[in-house]
Amino acid sequence: MQLHFATVFVFLALAVGFAVIAMVISWALRPKKPGTVKESPYECGEQPEGSPWIRFNVRFYLIALFFIVFDVEVVFLLPWAVVFKEMLAVLGSFAFWEMVIFIAILLVGLAYVWGKGDLAWVKGLPPRDEEDLEALSWYESGRFSTDRRSVHTSAKPEGV
Amino acid sequence: MAEIAWALGKILFMLVFVFTVLVVMIWGERKGSAFIQDRIGPNRASIGGVIRLGGLVHPVADVLKLLFKEDLVPGAVNRFFYTMAPFVVMVIALVTFAVLPFGDAIYLGDKVIPLRIADLDVGILYLLAITSLSVYGIVLAGWASNNKYTFLGGIRSTAQMISYEINMGLAVLALLLVYGSTRVDAMVVEQGQLLFGFLPRWGVFLQPLGFVLFLTSVFAETNRTPFDLAEGESELVSGYNIEYSSMKFALFFMAEYASMIVAAGFISSLYFGGWQVPWLDTITLREHAGTFLGVSLWVGAVFNLLFAALLWKRYRRERGLLGDRRELEPLVLGIVFFILALVCLGAVVIASPWNLGEQGAAHFATVVQVLSFILKTLFFSWLFIWVRWTLPRFRYDQLMKLGWQLMLPLGLLNFFVTAAVVLLAR
Repeated sequence: MQLHFATVFVFLALAVGFAVIAMVISWALRPKKPGTVKESPYECGEQPEGSPWIRFNVRFYLIALFFIVFDVEVVFLLPWAVVFKEMLAVLGSFAFWEMVIFIAILLVGLAYVWGKGDLAWVKGLPPRDEEDLEALSWYESGRFSTDRRSVHTSAKPEGV
Repeated sequence: MAEIAWALGKILFMLVFVFTVLVVMIWGERKGSAFIQDRIGPNRASIGGVIRLGGLVHPVADVLKLLFKEDLVPGAVNRFFYTMAPFVVMVIALVTFAVLPFGDAIYLGDKVIPLRIADLDVGILYLLAITSLSVYGIVLAGWASNNKYTFLGGIRSTAQMISYEINMGLAVLALLLVYGSTRVDAMVVEQGQLLFGFLPRWGVFLQPLGFVLFLTSVFAETNRTPFDLAEGESELVSGYNIEYSSMKFALFFMAEYASMIVAAGFISSLYFGGWQVPWLDTITLREHAGTFLGVSLWVGAVFNLLFAALLWKRYRRERGLLGDRRELEPLVLGIVFFILALVCLGAVVIASPWNLGEQGAAHFATVVQVLSFILKTLFFSWLFIWVRWTLPRFRYDQLMKLGWQLMLPLGLLNFFVTAAVVLLAR
């Protein structure tokens, strides 16, 4: 077994070696003529505007939190899944129901975040009137159809 | 000593395999997109003005070009992480191959040589662990480049990859229930049997929903269209790798393709029987090795002759059309195919009774199985290209909705149903 992990490390070393060799060859061959324009951050050819440390959506943090919860769930289920068949022989259907209870607890969590609307990426102000609702349903349907007929019949709502 | 030699040999085989398929894939991406969009695609690069191979020389020319390009490093980057990121991505993409079995074990006397780089018991856990590390390379590149686009690309890509990792994990969990082992090679061996007496017992038939979930999450994990929001040209120019040039960019580029090849290899190993030839298990292959070899040599001879004849016809037809050495290509390739046909015919004549002996038959079976694995991997690599040039990109909210609100419940359902079936069928 140790030998097999050793081979993984040999493989790792060879992979790193490949990348390093490629970089060294390129370093030896390429021209090196730095300049102020070349060193400026790329912003489609414009002068960079403001700091690159821009604010980003807080929902990315939420996604990270959910990831941890559900990934830990997967990790907990892994050993159970591997020995499930042997466990059935010993414990009978209890082995199955035990897992069902575990998943059900997590499903409650999923239902909670779902119900709170934390899984929905598009979060605007609540719809005010009929027109807003129509616009919202159009937006959420995800049908930006290229089909000619539908483009003609369903008028695109204003302000979307 | 022999063991170390075998281990090194397997690693070298895998590296050569990856880089060959990588070249073919870059070619396939450009030529395939040209085919899908009704263009001709790249056809200019040549060896000595003669050999063009329909654009297959282009990837080599690309790498050479990138080797000679100046490496532009923006002034305000975090140098250490900026340089590290392409290494991380590339190395992780390569190292994932370690648990991929590419053939049945070889028996040399009393020694058993498993045909995979590392014979790890954790198998599939290694896959999950290593692929999740590739997030680091992307987030480092995005953050260290000190650029708005790369930053947004990195953030998006991270959220996407971690979201779909859960779905991948759930699909794999259901597979574990079916096979009862984390070893990829054990899974592949089980897929050699028959289901209902006529279907190969492939994972895709046992886990159809799981396969769809796994395939989708693998597309999202490799940041491929329709999930390439990290790149999203129309919004982020090129995403996390904008500020990279020269060989660093080439490393990112190669890593992207390498990770696709890994994904293709795992799709074929987990769901399509890996190195198993459908309906032909190792024992049958060994017993009838002589017959199979003879038939394949005959078929090879016929096809090589056919290619040679077609190329000769083409040479005759197109002579004088271009007016330079490019015209010689069909002739040169035709001669190559003709020689191959002669070799096949010669082998048929010399080894006529095709008695390979026990050892020879075993080696023949191994070669056929490795070829089967390579063919399956190539097919799924082509699937990545095919999908990219067929489907448009998702919107980010659609991506999150699909991942969390559709695939996660479906994955749990699939897992639950699989467990129930295992319970009832015990």
